[in-house]
Amino acid sequence: MNDLSTSSQITYRAVPIRPGVIRRIRGLSDQALAWLFITPTIVLLLAINIFPLVWTIYLSFTNYRANRPNAPTLWLGTDWYQSILTDPDIWAAMQVTAHFVVWTVLIETVLGFGLAFLIDKKFRGHGLWTTIILLPMMLSPAVVGNFWTFLYQPQIGLFNYVVAFFTGRGASSFQMLGDVTLSPWAIVIVDAWMWTPYVMLICLAGLRSIPDYIYEAAEVDRASNWRQFWSITLPMALPFIMLAVLFRGIENFKMFDMVNLLTGGGPGSTTEVASITLKRAAFESWRTGYSSAFAIILFVTVFGLANIYVKALNRVKSR
Amino acid sequence: MKQTVKALLTTFGVLASALGVGVGTTPAHAQAKTITLCWAAWDPANALVELSKDFTAKTGVGMKFEFVPWTNYADRFLNELNSHGSLCDLIIGDSQWIGGAAENGQYVKLNDFFTKEGISMDDYMPATVVGYSEWPKNSPNYWALPAMGDAVGWTYRKDWFARPEIQADFKAKYGRDLAVPKTLDELRDIAKFFQGREIDGKKVYGASIYTERGSEGITMGVSNYLYDYGFQYQDPKKPYSMDGFVNSPGAVKGLEAYKELYKCCTPPGASNSYMSEGLDAFKSGQVALQMNFFAFFPGLYKDPNVGGDKIGFFSNPAGPATQATQLGGQGISVVSYSKNQAEALQYIKWFSGGDVQKKWWALGGYSCAKSVLNDPGFPNSAPFAGEFLKSMGMVVDFWAEPSYAQLLQAEQKRVHDYVVADKGTAQEALDGLVKDWKAIFKEEGKKF
Repeated sequence: MNDLSTSSQITYRAVPIRPGVIRRIRGLSDQALAWLFITPTIVLLLAINIFPLVWTIYLSFTNYRANRPNAPTLWLGTDWYQSILTDPDIWAAMQVTAHFVVWTVLIETVLGFGLAFLIDKKFRGHGLWTTIILLPMMLSPAVVGNFWTFLYQPQIGLFNYVVAFFTGRGASSFQMLGDVTLSPWAIVIVDAWMWTPYVMLICLAGLRSIPDYIYEAAEVDRASNWRQFWSITLPMALPFIMLAVLFRGIENFKMFDMVNLLTGGGPGSTTEVASITLKRAAFESWRTGYSSAFAIILFVTVFGLANIYVKALNRVKSR
Repeated sequence: MKQTVKALLTTFGVLASALGVGVGTTPAHAQAKTITLCWAAWDPANALVELSKDFTAKTGVGMKFEFVPWTNYADRFLNELNSHGSLCDLIIGDSQWIGGAAENGQYVKLNDFFTKEGISMDDYMPATVVGYSEWPKNSPNYWALPAMGDAVGWTYRKDWFARPEIQADFKAKYGRDLAVPKTLDELRDIAKFFQGREIDGKKVYGASIYTERGSEGITMGVSNYLYDYGFQYQDPKKPYSMDGFVNSPGAVKGLEAYKELYKCCTPPGASNSYMSEGLDAFKSGQVALQMNFFAFFPGLYKDPNVGGDKIGFFSNPAGPATQATQLGGQGISVVSYSKNQAEALQYIKWFSGGDVQKKWWALGGYSCAKSVLNDPGFPNSAPFAGEFLKSMGMVVDFWAEPSYAQLLQAEQKRVHDYVVADKGTAQEALDGLVKDWKAIFKEEGKKF
């Protein structure tokens, strides 16, 4: 018996749908259908985003500790907020974070845009160079943190030997991770090394989106390369650059893993960015209420700054 | 319908047989239970794996092990306990955890079990019972069986010390023989003497000491100096009263002395060193002296490059006020969230046995049992055994309060800020520490 004969024996039977069901589905408005489809997503969002946020806000007004669930939970009002906002150690951590964010974003933007500008020239082998430049970005921060710890090792680290080669000072005469002056820069260097390619990628997309005919028209008008850069390239790539700044700014405001691996916040508290302080309060001291308040303050800060920035970005885009 | 049910049952039966579980399995075929023991990933843990094979052979209970590196050990397992996880049936938890674990109901109280099984705490070294088992301290409430005795000690390069030219140089400089230091001042002199010296064509350094910031490193290191210089956690007559004890003039001098040792005599880049960094520095022949826990000494003694005749051991030297050392080590506890408590208790009973304790020491673990430690042959049973015994007689431990993690963090920050990051003075660091600790205890509702 061949396949055809087998299938020819299959009999199909119509399954009757009760008229009431059809009427009910037909009776749904477009809006009701839309709600039907998005409800699961909303429920998920409520469960894993909104509920934890609301719960965190609630905990931030209490003395709750996750390691003592049976202890009575007292309502403290805004005590934690007042204590955090007047704590010099917290402000010190915020300063460290600001130093890290400002310098990394600045360096990554300048270098990233510069690299994108060069790569956009489509020279021979530019594809290979693009891939090579992108490699650091593809590594895990844990791996990067660990191998830069070795690179910075004063006795065997390559970084110290390179600096020694160019400056003539002894390779072991300085330590990038153990020195109060150098360690904040040590973490900036590693982040810039890792994330400049990311900024480059976004800027490259911006540069490639500029139509050639604009440059052709400029050349007809005998505009110099310098003039073309300032009047065409930079303004048209600006929204992309600003987007890269926004992404890197938000990411680095939350920076934890790489800094934790490189310095653990030390020496002393020299590189203790806000997220390390938060982690210590939440998961080492188990001050859940306190750390919830700190998390909310950080969230409001980054959310507020990002909103102001997005408004500026929209203004630039609409020009 | 009957055929469908039959087919379903058959399919289920086949699947169950294939997976080796469930329906139709007779007790004779049932697998024995397996329990999980959680500890740090280090040399003694390997010895415990070896030792525990005897337990499985005797009882049929399988053993699984969850070992985590020291730098993540507290984070990982305190998270596990605080989230009421049942990963660990048995846990060898740090001595400072006992207050929190007892008060938060994370460990099973062992008093009744000890009474029933005839296990007496009198059979263990008193310091280990107080340090690893009791909460509240000095009360007969037991939450663990002393499992792994440990304290901070020192290793030195015996072969370097024995060289005539080095001996002569040292005598010319300090007017005494180069020998194992009896005081912290002598230790500093030796470390200074070796710092930057060339030995066998290689530049070497004085000492590797604890300076780690992230977990507990610098506190475990500096304590050996603070205790010797007169630091006390609280007024012995008035609990939680710390003014003049934590920040006493002696304690300030102790902190200054530790900073002096760090600045003068450690290898470059030693700003974040703990146990493994110390081992690396010593094993690679970089340093003449190494501060580390006794637990590592059996492994170091066996090291082909720096072990054997090349290594010597000594306990923490005396300071101007006293001679003391930081307690390490842990007790073994049954986790209250474990579903295998009966087997876990069975393990503790087995582990407390005299022969098992002897074998534990022989394999590289540090028994706390008097039957092992008071044996006349014990001091000579290993090159470090005598110094270990001496150290266990002078140990002091960090706070074991439920808020120990917060107290520890405050000390880590204050001390690291002063010693490594050069912030402020020793007096300011210890005054700040008193302020932090008072705030923590106040939050805990303590009165002082």
